[in-house]
Amino acid sequence: MSVTRRYHAPVWDEPVVLELGAPGRRGFVPPAPWSDDADDAPLLPESLLRTAPPELPELAEYEARRHYLHLAQETLGMMGISLFGTCTMKHNPSVNEAVVARPEVAAVHPRQDPSTYQGLLGIVHALGEGLKNLSGMDAFSFQPGGGADAAFLHVCVTRAYHASRGELAQRRQIVTTAQAHPCNPATAAAAGFEVVTLPVEEDGYPSLEALKAAIGPQTAALMVNNPDDMGIYNPHVKEWVEAVHEVGGLCFYDHANFNGVMTRVQAAALGFDACMFMLHKTFGVPKGGGGPAVGAYGCSAELARFLPGPVIAEVDGAFVLEEPEQGVGRVREYLGNVHQLVKAYSWLRAMGTDGLREAADLSVLANNYMEQRILRVPGVTRSLPGLGDPRLEMTRFSMAEITAETGVTAVDVQNRMSDFGIDAMWLSHEPWIVPEPFTPEAGEMWSKEDIDTWIDVLAHVLDEARTDPELVRTAPHRQVVAKIDPSGLDDPDRWATTWRAYVRKHGTRAARGGVTA
Amino acid sequence: MNQVHPYMANSAAGSRAAMMSALGIDDVESLFDQIPADHRAGVTTDVPGIVSEAALRRELDRRLRGTVSTQTHLSFLGGGYWNHYVPSLCDEVAARPEIATSVWGTPSSDHGRNQIWFEFSSQLGALLDTEFVGLPVYSWGCATGHALRMAARLTDRDVVLVPDTVDPERRRVIDTYCGSPDLPGSITVREIPVDPATGTLDLEALRGLVDDRVAAVYVETPNAWGVVEHEVQAAVELAHSVGAEAVVSVDPTSLGVLRPPGSFGADIVVGSIQPLGIPLNAGGGVGGFIATRDDERYARQFPTLQVSAAPTTRPGELAFGMTLFEQSSYGSRELAKDWTGNSVYLWAVRAAVYMTLLGPQGFADLGTTLVRNVRAAAALIAEVPGVTVRHADRAFKELVVDFTATSLTVAEIDAALLARGILGGHDLTGSHAALDGCALYCITEIHTEDDVRELVDALKEICA
Repeated sequence: MSVTRRYHAPVWDEPVVLELGAPGRRGFVPPAPWSDDADDAPLLPESLLRTAPPELPELAEYEARRHYLHLAQETLGMMGISLFGTCTMKHNPSVNEAVVARPEVAAVHPRQDPSTYQGLLGIVHALGEGLKNLSGMDAFSFQPGGGADAAFLHVCVTRAYHASRGELAQRRQIVTTAQAHPCNPATAAAAGFEVVTLPVEEDGYPSLEALKAAIGPQTAALMVNNPDDMGIYNPHVKEWVEAVHEVGGLCFYDHANFNGVMTRVQAAALGFDACMFMLHKTFGVPKGGGGPAVGAYGCSAELARFLPGPVIAEVDGAFVLEEPEQGVGRVREYLGNVHQLVKAYSWLRAMGTDGLREAADLSVLANNYMEQRILRVPGVTRSLPGLGDPRLEMTRFSMAEITAETGVTAVDVQNRMSDFGIDAMWLSHEPWIVPEPFTPEAGEMWSKEDIDTWIDVLAHVLDEARTDPELVRTAPHRQVVAKIDPSGLDDPDRWATTWRAYVRKHGTRAARGGVTA
Repeated sequence: MNQVHPYMANSAAGSRAAMMSALGIDDVESLFDQIPADHRAGVTTDVPGIVSEAALRRELDRRLRGTVSTQTHLSFLGGGYWNHYVPSLCDEVAARPEIATSVWGTPSSDHGRNQIWFEFSSQLGALLDTEFVGLPVYSWGCATGHALRMAARLTDRDVVLVPDTVDPERRRVIDTYCGSPDLPGSITVREIPVDPATGTLDLEALRGLVDDRVAAVYVETPNAWGVVEHEVQAAVELAHSVGAEAVVSVDPTSLGVLRPPGSFGADIVVGSIQPLGIPLNAGGGVGGFIATRDDERYARQFPTLQVSAAPTTRPGELAFGMTLFEQSSYGSRELAKDWTGNSVYLWAVRAAVYMTLLGPQGFADLGTTLVRNVRAAAALIAEVPGVTVRHADRAFKELVVDFTATSLTVAEIDAALLARGILGGHDLTGSHAALDGCALYCITEIHTEDDVRELVDALKEICA
């Protein structure tokens, strides 16, 4: 793929499904009742019955299929090049999808007796062993349905741990950093803790002195990522952990950016009490546009008794489900996203230790290769440009000079790059500590040619920003739809999360002369 | 590593060498200088990779061989997790790599997926009779937990009333979300007793429980015993009488037949999307929804992400973008309304396809089949000597089957059924004082009369 490749997104001008179909059509007919006493008295009181049918579409099966296939085609996803930083875009092997579609995974009911699905439990158990091997942790829970849910589990474990020692009422604070993912402070606050956020200092991370000044007998836990989303590794993190332990707090390692340090760093060896891996990022599980995901939560033997049930244990060669004695209950029902655990296990087996090492090497190599090329693009700077060390698996850049010069923003550039089949790059989580940020992450999957193309497109678009800024500001021009007008998205008189609300506020599209079915 | 790996393009020597040459390095190790020597720790055990897909597939298939499932066995398991038919189109659309591998995108380039999300919310809203619907959350229990927290914020109160029938698995999630009394912002959960005679809420008891500390009254219909709450509107009105929010949980498969919650005053509606075309996945098929009327007061408390239709710069064209993003944890960190993150958005795609396929008549037919099948099954199961079926006259698709008059425990009966190729209902013993010796049997549209007769014959043998 090169800048000069002719690309245009598929355009079907596809109506909203509620604009399609005709009265009486059917897409699926449920089985008739086998006891069809239609003449009998109603089986439910009249007052409980629905009086008007739901306003759902009425489509024949082929129309439904065509509609959704059009919408699939109108989704770029990873069909071009996607270097979406902080999310570690990976190859999602087809074999894994084929395996989990089998009834041995898809049709297992979570309330079946564990003796009936030992193979599946064995896979989950083996995945846990694999993650223990990578982290040095003693136990894993797969119940959390994403990274944020694993952070929530950690704050629940933190509550239970301090409550068990009679100290919860005193330990009210959770300490994190400005570069930690927003889910860390958000889950801490939701669980009832006060949040202390340490600002980033000149070395790219908060100083040890700042941490020491912020902790004390009121500290419940520390929640940090490392390296952060700028690719900067905090070399003092061991001292951080020791300092927090000294005042009686727990330490949680958000391993969102594990890809660059796989097989080189173990959370337990650094002293952490708990960690989290995102299997939908680092371990090859597809992202699904936002889940089903897994935040695999690992912890020390001391904290294992607080894990939510059910946890899988091996007893006399059989896998059983156990309820930890002081467990936090549940953060979500059942075992977790088991089909995604099978995919992660498969990915880990396919890679092996050597493959993981290679993936870490390649992702850091590719990032540094990309960085030296991107920094040659006029108007692009690196976050904290004075720091000398090579960044790890990603680098955060800024195009603030371009914006100052041309008015073209990072969002405009995202939109224009999509005209070349490039999926949006990540900008930055809140807070933005560099202006007009962008954060590509190469990972180990993408070829050198793809990375070169991506950079070529970026350079081309930034050149356009100078020569024809209007072209970039009004982008995209070759996408499914034109640039969204976001001005009404937060306006209660205009927002519409459902078609019925849309029609009530704006009328039908046909009435406005728009597209009709 | 000498092995070129299919998952890593640059594991081929040339690409790797070209990048190293551009950087002027002859060893990638120099790129890791940031990590201090005393932080370095390799894996404990080296594990070889299975690079060939053929060998990997055999390893996975070997491990899974012999697994019992709801397809190898006749299953009556339910309990908030139901064995409905999954139309093939749900599988086909959700498997499309454009959608399955998408991550975030822009409203223009991932337009198709965003439109499907909007269609999920639109169709679910039509079933529920609510106009504001968020993207799904992790599970039904998580949806309830968030809804109760929304109610607490809306009312500035700290007590919620929850039926004592709520499934223990879900109840534990609710308790986790309601926090610890040792920390600020926690919510006290009090139980509304059920009338064991009817299996429905004891309204007199509820009347005695509501007061001006109550943020929410939570009602499930059908409830965890499979019983349709006949007096759900009265419960909603009792909540409103003290200024509390009515949080109502419904089963979407019932809403072609049963009154939608938006029509009887429910303020926050929650439930599971699992029955809408999502496979069981050994527990990985869960997903929850949160919906309200389109009222700013409620909308501004949503913890979820949600898509809104919006115009584009091209006249007449619609796009779909995030609304109220700023109040999410992405926008506001610790000041957010709870938190969000990766959820189960691919399940929203399945559910959207499912609702389109069924349409209004499909939901009406489905609901009718479920009610008629469960009532007929109740009559057949009651023929087994010593076995009684409770509350069958109010059942929707699940039955409490009482085995206490047999000399057997539910565990013994389920083991005997399993030996006959049947997954019996799950054991309710210990879940409620009234349920020792009882099991919950789920009958859906996929069951035939022969299936239930096979169960009944087996039970007659076992209980004889």
